[in-house]
Amino acid sequence: MPLDIIVTAKQVLDPETPASALRINQETHRMEAPANIPPVVNGFDENAVEAALQLREKVDGKVTVLSVGTQFAMDVIKKTLSMGADELVLVQGDGLDSLDPFATAQVLGAAIQKIGKFDLLLCGRQASDFDQAQVPLALAEVLGVPAITLAQNVDVQDNRLRVDRVMTDGYDTVESGLPALVTVSNEIGQARYPTLRGIMAASRKQPTVWSIGDLGIGPESLLAKVEIRELFVPTQESACEFIDGATDEEKGINLALKLREAKLI
Amino acid sequence: MGNGNPVLVIGEIQSGTVSAITGELLAAAKAIQGQNGPVVLSLRGSGIGDIGKISAGLAASNIYVTDDSLLDGYQNVDAHLIVVEKLINEVRPSVVLFGGTVLGRDAGPRIAFRLGAGFAQDCVSLTIEEATGNLIGERPVYGGASMARVAVTTSLAIATVRPGSFDPISAVEDTGETIDYPVDMSPGSPEVKLITQVRDQVEGQRLEDADIVVAGGRGFGGPDPFQDLEQLARLLGGAMGASRAACDAGWLSHAYQIGLTGKSISANLYLTFAISGASQHMAGVSAVKNIVAVNKDEGANIFNDSRFGVIGDWEKVLPAFTEKVRELLGN
Repeated sequence: MPLDIIVTAKQVLDPETPASALRINQETHRMEAPANIPPVVNGFDENAVEAALQLREKVDGKVTVLSVGTQFAMDVIKKTLSMGADELVLVQGDGLDSLDPFATAQVLGAAIQKIGKFDLLLCGRQASDFDQAQVPLALAEVLGVPAITLAQNVDVQDNRLRVDRVMTDGYDTVESGLPALVTVSNEIGQARYPTLRGIMAASRKQPTVWSIGDLGIGPESLLAKVEIRELFVPTQESACEFIDGATDEEKGINLALKLREAKLI
Repeated sequence: MGNGNPVLVIGEIQSGTVSAITGELLAAAKAIQGQNGPVVLSLRGSGIGDIGKISAGLAASNIYVTDDSLLDGYQNVDAHLIVVEKLINEVRPSVVLFGGTVLGRDAGPRIAFRLGAGFAQDCVSLTIEEATGNLIGERPVYGGASMARVAVTTSLAIATVRPGSFDPISAVEDTGETIDYPVDMSPGSPEVKLITQVRDQVEGQRLEDADIVVAGGRGFGGPDPFQDLEQLARLLGGAMGASRAACDAGWLSHAYQIGLTGKSISANLYLTFAISGASQHMAGVSAVKNIVAVNKDEGANIFNDSRFGVIGDWEKVLPAFTEKVRELLGN
């Protein structure tokens, strides 16, 4: 049975940006990277796209990527199409990237209802900017479907969903019916890189762009229940003692002596 | 918020005993108790037996113990949610605290959404704002590159607390009644069924328990250097770990992964080779007492948190270091 799969994806600050290059914007309560470092698709969301593409290769179907935000870097978010997704839907508007997680889930839920039928909804386990891991669970509540978190493997057989969930000391295999929501973790494996052919195909596709007005959600659904008061970098003084030596080998020897002296070994 | 309404702590039972996070949550609850009422504890499990025994030594006004086969472990989140929702409706807390565990991170956001409550994930500190009575949580964001101070503005506030953020309460204070709290579980049949559980076969020490941890990262360039590192770990009587980059590359299984996703360690000595110290990684080592880093890049982030550092090539430093350690330890 071909599957209709929807993957949620968020455009985030590149987590590989060196911490020294990040600045806090106290008005928006966001961290900002220098203009020459473009945003990326949240890594866990790329893992979710990868899981969706593998399922499509196995059982056939359609992969639609859905994102909510204020300003999209089109070549960034279209990476999901270059990877192989069939369609991209963007819900765009002022303030949409500063909604609290529950409001974001309402917007995503309304957009999914507008997209129509789905069998499987895949989300990254959390976004690498605010690390809240709340939107997928709230979204499952909005849509009234079961939620399975932290997948390292996702499979569908005979209309049953089978997921291996990452646990701190191994994994659990669980099963549920469809439709369902699954959050995907990096243990699923590296997401594929777009091929040249994929990039060409994506360049011919245009995303569907909706505003909040298109979704029929009232402002009361978007009220914040949690407010960010301040973003700050905890003060820490670096007190690292560097070990000297004429060569790297000698530094290694001196390190062993130092650790012994400090009674650490 | 406030007005003498209780703080409800969602404790956890693992393998028949109350898990460490429960004591940490009670400590967190005590810290914000001032304007709130008593601390109430929920314990849920299967085959608990003597409820007095399981709650002994815990510091809470009332302890509600629910024993049901559906509450075995954390697999059936829906079943736990039935108990928690009923308890919230009865004791009318102003704050509900979950552990930042598999159960808490799954159940917390769902119950908050159902009840229209604001929710703060992964808090490392909690206070009550005097002017508003709002629950204020501090939580790491951007993988630990900064902290956010967030205010939960709803009359019921729900939060998860990051493990290791509070010293667990062990002494008994104002311990009240332990109450047998059976709940009708008929709607609790799970939509998600557990099929099998696979657990890591750990040789030697668990990373989480090890006093000394050695780890390698992306700079190792492949799986082979981890064999040398494992020898060093054995020599030191410690455990070996790796950065996420090394695990994602397939050099080691994810059982070795240390970081925000992966394992959190609390070693006395954490010795790293070719790990840059991305904030994602550092989130898993916040409880480590002494970090020692070997990295050829003097600007590597990990040196900011290190007690000792070597600026050098791990390929040269590691063998010389290992040999000297062998000599010093008389092996």
